[in-house]
Amino acid sequence: MEESWLAIYEALPYLLKGSAVTIGLVAGALALGLILGIPMAINQVYGNKYIKIIISFYVWFFRGIPVLVLLFLFYFGLFVLLGLDLSAFKAGILVLGLRSAAYQSQIFRGSIQSLGEGQMLASLSLGMSKIQAIWNIILPQAIRISLPGWSNEYSIILKDSAVTYAIGLMEIMTRGKFIATRTFKPMPIYLICALIFLILTYGGVKLLSELEKKVRIPGFGNKGEGN
Amino acid sequence: MQEDQPIVLKIENIHKRYGETEVLKGVSFTVKRGETKVIIGPSGSGKSTLLRCINQLTIPDQGRVWLEDEEVTHIKKDINLFRQKIGMVFQDFNLFDHLTALRNVEIGLIKVKGMNKKQARERAYNELLRVGLKDQANLYPAQLSGGQKQRVSIARALAMDPSVILFDEPTSALDPELIGEVLEVIKNLALSGMTMVVVTHEMGFARSVANEIIFIENGMILDQGSPYDLFINPKHERTKKFLYKITELYGKSKDE
Ligand SMILES: Nc1ncnc2c1ncn2[C@@H]1O[C@H](COP(=O)(O)OP(=O)(O)OP(=O)(O)O)[C@@H](O)[C@H]1O
Ligand SMILES: [Mg+2]
Repeated sequence: MEESWLAIYEALPYLLKGSAVTIGLVAGALALGLILGIPMAINQVYGNKYIKIIISFYVWFFRGIPVLVLLFLFYFGLFVLLGLDLSAFKAGILVLGLRSAAYQSQIFRGSIQSLGEGQMLASLSLGMSKIQAIWNIILPQAIRISLPGWSNEYSIILKDSAVTYAIGLMEIMTRGKFIATRTFKPMPIYLICALIFLILTYGGVKLLSELEKKVRIPGFGNKGEGN
Repeated sequence: MQEDQPIVLKIENIHKRYGETEVLKGVSFTVKRGETKVIIGPSGSGKSTLLRCINQLTIPDQGRVWLEDEEVTHIKKDINLFRQKIGMVFQDFNLFDHLTALRNVEIGLIKVKGMNKKQARERAYNELLRVGLKDQANLYPAQLSGGQKQRVSIARALAMDPSVILFDEPTSALDPELIGEVLEVIKNLALSGMTMVVVTHEMGFARSVANEIIFIENGMILDQGSPYDLFINPKHERTKKFLYKITELYGKSKDE
């Protein structure tokens, strides 16, 4: 028992460094997914036929392949083929981010469509251009509606990030495996890994639900309060 | 009264079909400055489609629309310039739910007209005052009653200084006790000389405010004329029947 505590004590700083890598990876992937996902969603609702087909194909591709397969396909395949010498960290962000874009685009698309066409019609009838309407009217509402789904996406990517173990990225899992093998104490070490993930999931989701409360539109969701 | 006024809106031979069904089969009319034109007709007769063809939210297959001598249809350039001048009020309000009443009214002034924020705020506030909602300026749509929402949406249209406002059944989504306050606002607009096209089932309102009533059925104008002509002396038996039915259905409003 004592040895287990000792192993944990010695492993903890090392694993926490791995957490920083994981957080960086997840933040990068979420950001990339957001930057690509929002325009994809907009074009899936308002774009022309061809762009819709291209986006649907993209979404179909990235949602239909296991993340580990994607990671290998890109890291050992495509990136090599293209002569890109990417670090495991950058490759991880790219693959998880491109994949997240597919999922995020569907979150935002659903939110945009849930607004109904009236918001766009009213904007256009004031003389706004389509782009002005999307930017000033549609997105501010759609993003609010998307927050719960986005929070879910965060917790999924966080957990999926452990697959970068397979390309040797020094994140939580890779480090955990390394120490577990060296100390012959897999149980306590992996427990700590699990605990770190739990804390990161809880913290992130909590943070996002705070944000959700902060940007909530007054009067929504408190029916029965009169007027 | 409007005899010698200039024509603000001219609609000529508008056709629109959705797939197999021809929704509009050649509708034409003109609206003079200060005139209130009321459009009535059964559900599905094409009234909303007609209004949308005016500001090109729906592109007509055929026909032309002019706003103050400028053609709105078949233009290469910016339709948004015309839409600024054609206000629209929707049946289900379509207020921007993430903005307060005041921001709903000022956003067009700021984003479309490029007015500075201070001026826009002042103007928006005055429009809310005009529809009797100065105390609700900082409330969000979800905190307003249906009647208040519709009055905000009227203020939003008015703020743009439109040449004409199109109303698409502005009171149809309202509880009966809230209809009056909205009709009152529209009536006052009519009295103040605003040019308007109003689709409505409120016959009391139509009788007392309309300069002309247009009866549309199956995408065609079946009858048109002054309230007196239509109510007392309609050309078609259909018009008489429709008016009878609709008056039964919606009751007579107080001001009759
Ligand atoms: N975007 C569309 N696509 C296909 N059909 C449509 C579309 N918009 C309207 N229609 C059809 O056109 C016809 C006329 O519709 P419209 O909404 O103009 O009628 P309306 O007179 O406004 O009816 P209501 O009194 O119910 O509002 C209806 O049969 C409707 O189903
Ligand atoms: Mg309609």
